[in-house]
Amino acid sequence: MSVDATLSFEEAMEKYDPVLGFEVHVELNTKTKMFSSAPNVFGDEPNTNVNEVDLGMPGVLPVVNKAAVESSIKIGLALNCKIAESCRFARKNYFYPDTPKNFQTSQYDEPIAYDGYLDIELEDGTVFRVEIERAHMEEDAGKLTHMGGAAGRIQGADYSLVDYNRSGVPLVEIVTKPIEGAGSRAPELAKAYVAAVREIVKNLGVSDAKMERGNVRCDANVSLRPHGRERFGIRSETKNVNSLRAVEHAVRYEIQRHAAVLESGEPVIQETRHWHEDTRSTTSGRPKSDADDYRYFPEPDLVPVVASREWVEELRATLPEPPAERRKRLKEAWGYSDLEFRDVVNAGVMDSIEETIAAGASADVARKWWMGEIVGRAKVADVDPSELGVTPQVIVELNKLVEGGKINNKMATQVLDGVLAGEGTPAEIVEKRGLAVVSDDGPLLEAIDAALAAQPDVAEKIRGGKVQAIGAIVGGVMKATRGQADAGRVRELILEKLAVEG
Amino acid sequence: MAAINRDDVAHLARLAHIEMSAEELDRMAVELAVIVDSVKSVSEAAGDDVPATSHPIPLTNVFREDVVGHTFTAEQALSGAPDAFENRFKVPAILDED
Repeated sequence: MSVDATLSFEEAMEKYDPVLGFEVHVELNTKTKMFSSAPNVFGDEPNTNVNEVDLGMPGVLPVVNKAAVESSIKIGLALNCKIAESCRFARKNYFYPDTPKNFQTSQYDEPIAYDGYLDIELEDGTVFRVEIERAHMEEDAGKLTHMGGAAGRIQGADYSLVDYNRSGVPLVEIVTKPIEGAGSRAPELAKAYVAAVREIVKNLGVSDAKMERGNVRCDANVSLRPHGRERFGIRSETKNVNSLRAVEHAVRYEIQRHAAVLESGEPVIQETRHWHEDTRSTTSGRPKSDADDYRYFPEPDLVPVVASREWVEELRATLPEPPAERRKRLKEAWGYSDLEFRDVVNAGVMDSIEETIAAGASADVARKWWMGEIVGRAKVADVDPSELGVTPQVIVELNKLVEGGKINNKMATQVLDGVLAGEGTPAEIVEKRGLAVVSDDGPLLEAIDAALAAQPDVAEKIRGGKVQAIGAIVGGVMKATRGQADAGRVRELILEKLAVEG
Repeated sequence: MAAINRDDVAHLARLAHIEMSAEELDRMAVELAVIVDSVKSVSEAAGDDVPATSHPIPLTNVFREDVVGHTFTAEQALSGAPDAFENRFKVPAILDED
């Protein structure tokens, strides 16, 4: 297998203008398959979630899953698409062992959703509109495992094993219009687009949206044209791009590879490319040929789907707030800076903070606890912050204890550890661990006298006006009281004692 | 609709994985041409006010509720398979080394 030449990304951008296009397949999380009542479950024993329809046995008839149609309409609406008044299924004919019927039931000339768009926000806040051509319903194919040959790759395999559990799982394929004008931000846009689609279907609750399980899969089309030319170049279609990072890398790599081909004076070959995560490069699949004539024709075994406007509006009314709008609303309401909010989103604690605020904490207190204490502990425990075991009520209670002067911040983190160790509520832990702040001045004054006597030179400095030296005395007092003193109060008392103005 | 010729038939036969002799191609090109002509006469009978249809029965929205039904065991699923391995269908390798 030869290694393709590439140009540096910068040079490629100097000479060429990239045009992108994406086909994103979303597996729906319905209980059953698109056209059969077999269960739609990931990871079961091979060929056990199948019946005669999924195996394409002679004489069987498919029946459309209503829930899958509703999920498809919801996706269409969330992508700002029009929903077809009437649409139908079609057979896409091809011979490949992942499809036992020798055709995939899909939609061709009448997709259920069409003419939409998605506004994609890039890292720096730039909003880029991606036009959606269509979103159509179809069924997934079986899973092939290639045995022998080079590392499970299709090339050089000795034979393949087929599991039809995935055969017939409902899919929605979302197809963009050609995306022009992204320039050097094409790889970033690619990643952000797929991330946005994934977030939307997850938010709608229509897909588990786990890319590592293939719930969301992306085919990335890339072509280059010289700057200023309107006609598109010849495109390649990179398959198997199944992580957000891979989408970004694959688009970047293909831009660099196309640029090198064009620089050498050769035409780009219109072909399928396979993405390889290990080498971060693509290899040639097969060129487009007349075998790609799928001879689509209307599926005679399924009648048209008519989406009445009432039905569509009923479904529209169930749509949750779009993720991007929700983020915007929360950021404004909480008054976080761009950076603070981005950190919160990246740490995956936006929902938790929202719940904590709803439970009675201020936005700043909620952020301080989640970002300052809980995220770090969750990382150590290798769990999601929301799964660590801290409820919004715990944070509200902890904060009340701190604000009421009952405990200081340092003790509060110990109380948090106690909560996580299952020792009870914050108040109970304060009691059990004897963590209350010493606010009676008597014991403090005694400790201060002892600390001053132990460090007479420091006491002298403070008397002489070097107030910054007070830290050593405060430290001594805190040590003597095992951290249970209110450091601010200690400082006040020392200054009083030495008759120095703070 | 353009008339169907011998090359079209050969192309379709290849797509459909049907092996056809030269004689069969000749004969089928003629027979299919007759069928295409017959379909054409139906198109002529329908006026512009008659939309094309793919389903002769005026029926829409035949749906199934999303409720799990019967499944096969792996043994049942594989009972007609020419070859199997570890509860999966075993098929010849599809693509050769590039």
